[in-house]
Amino acid sequence: MSRQMGDSHRRFLQTMMVSGIVDEQEARTLYKHCCETHNTQCAPDKLDDFIDTINSKLQPMFMQIRKGMSEDSGQQYYALVNMSETEVTRMSSDYADNELELFRKTIELIMGAENGKASSTDILNSVDSMTTKKMKKSETEHLLNRLVHDKWLCEKRGEYTLSTRCIIEMEPYIREMYQDQVKVCHICHNIAFQCQICENPTCGIKIHNPCVARYFQGRAEPRCPACDDFWPHEIPEVRRPQSQSRR
Amino acid sequence: MTQRRRLSNTQNSPQSRQQPGTLMAQEEDDDSTFTQPSTSQVQRGLEKLTPAQVEQKTAEVVQYFLVKDQKKIPIRRADLVKHVVKDYRNIYPEIIKRAERTFDQVFGLKLVEIDTKSHSYILINKMEPVVGASIINPTNPKMGLLFVILSIIFMKGGLVRENLIWSTLKKLRVDPGEKHEEFGDVRKVVTDEFVRQRYLEYVRIPHTEPVEHEFRWGQRADKEVSKAKILEFMGQLHEQDPQSWSQQYREAHSTPSSSQASTSSQR
Repeated sequence: MSRQMGDSHRRFLQTMMVSGIVDEQEARTLYKHCCETHNTQCAPDKLDDFIDTINSKLQPMFMQIRKGMSEDSGQQYYALVNMSETEVTRMSSDYADNELELFRKTIELIMGAENGKASSTDILNSVDSMTTKKMKKSETEHLLNRLVHDKWLCEKRGEYTLSTRCIIEMEPYIREMYQDQVKVCHICHNIAFQCQICENPTCGIKIHNPCVARYFQGRAEPRCPACDDFWPHEIPEVRRPQSQSRR
Repeated sequence: MTQRRRLSNTQNSPQSRQQPGTLMAQEEDDDSTFTQPSTSQVQRGLEKLTPAQVEQKTAEVVQYFLVKDQKKIPIRRADLVKHVVKDYRNIYPEIIKRAERTFDQVFGLKLVEIDTKSHSYILINKMEPVVGASIINPTNPKMGLLFVILSIIFMKGGLVRENLIWSTLKKLRVDPGEKHEEFGDVRKVVTDEFVRQRYLEYVRIPHTEPVEHEFRWGQRADKEVSKAKILEFMGQLHEQDPQSWSQQYREAHSTPSSSQASTSSQR
């Protein structure tokens, strides 16, 4: 395997730069398309090698195409991320200082919440404790819309969660900044926000909802994989991404 | 010093982008503080630095270009030096050389200096755009609008009065006087956004009353858009052989259509 980048790699990277994030199926389609366009060999099971080649050249630029899971669907995603020490720098060209502060406060609210969500009311109230220039209510709402539009946050019925792209990109930053608070999934060992928690007070492990679905699938009585206590939560269905993913 | 601070503040606010005129004016006194170091100065500068330091600074420069390029606004050397290069200005040529190499080999992009007087750069794509390539990214509808305008200008010999553009767009049901659901303020997109992105030039025709302007291709269009492709498109539209527009055909195939003709290097 050559580690040299060719035009197919460059085209793949350029598309990632525009999209920011693609799901696994899209990544496969794109990989095939790039190889066909430049008449290079395309082995369906070599997508991760292909991406590794790109990553080896991106590394000196502190960038990376990183894989991660959606906490909603359990689907795998690939995101182009920035790894420079201050992850937030990347956004700074588009967001003002006080806007970044509010975004950090939102992350803190989400970190502190058991269900991995922050309500718009709580976010609006957190403006009062801002140290930079305070925002009006309308400005805060506008900012939240922008953060959703730019795919940093997701919104459902007035509650905000971190987007998949945001989690993939900010994971190292969050792990470092919130060492004491950070939750890690017992199954996939990635950072977890929306998850189920073992109710045994001496155990308390966390599992992502899609990981719960997969782990307990077909088991008669769900028991905690760590302490073997009964798992009292509702077990979600395994969500199959579009059936074509098998192809 | 207050002047400085004010400057850097305006650069962060989105509004400042709407006033290219004022930015241009400030740039001159800014850039004068920077003189291109000589080869021997660069050599001496490099000796004092570790390879990791030079690499780090190059990465910062590359990232700066990539972030700024998302808006397709030219990047001024003065800003680059002030915000990123900083203390490494004595090895500036070496850093730019390395950044160019990275853009070429990793990203398939080319760094082009479009204005040697004010020293501003743009990134252009070296990859041939593939028809129907947008399997994932929905094509930017504004690019369709731009393509139509560039086609009109090219077919009319490179210079076109604005009235012709507006009337042609009207025929295509894009009324510059009305808010378009896809493009918003069409007139603003065409005369401001495309101009700032250097796809179009919009110049006042002297001594006209009322004031009239004309359009020609901007530097980015010259470098990124293939005239042969436009002619091909026109041929399909009119069911006509592209060669029948002999003058346009000659132009499209004589100019070594900069980047488009050459495929990305494979070093």
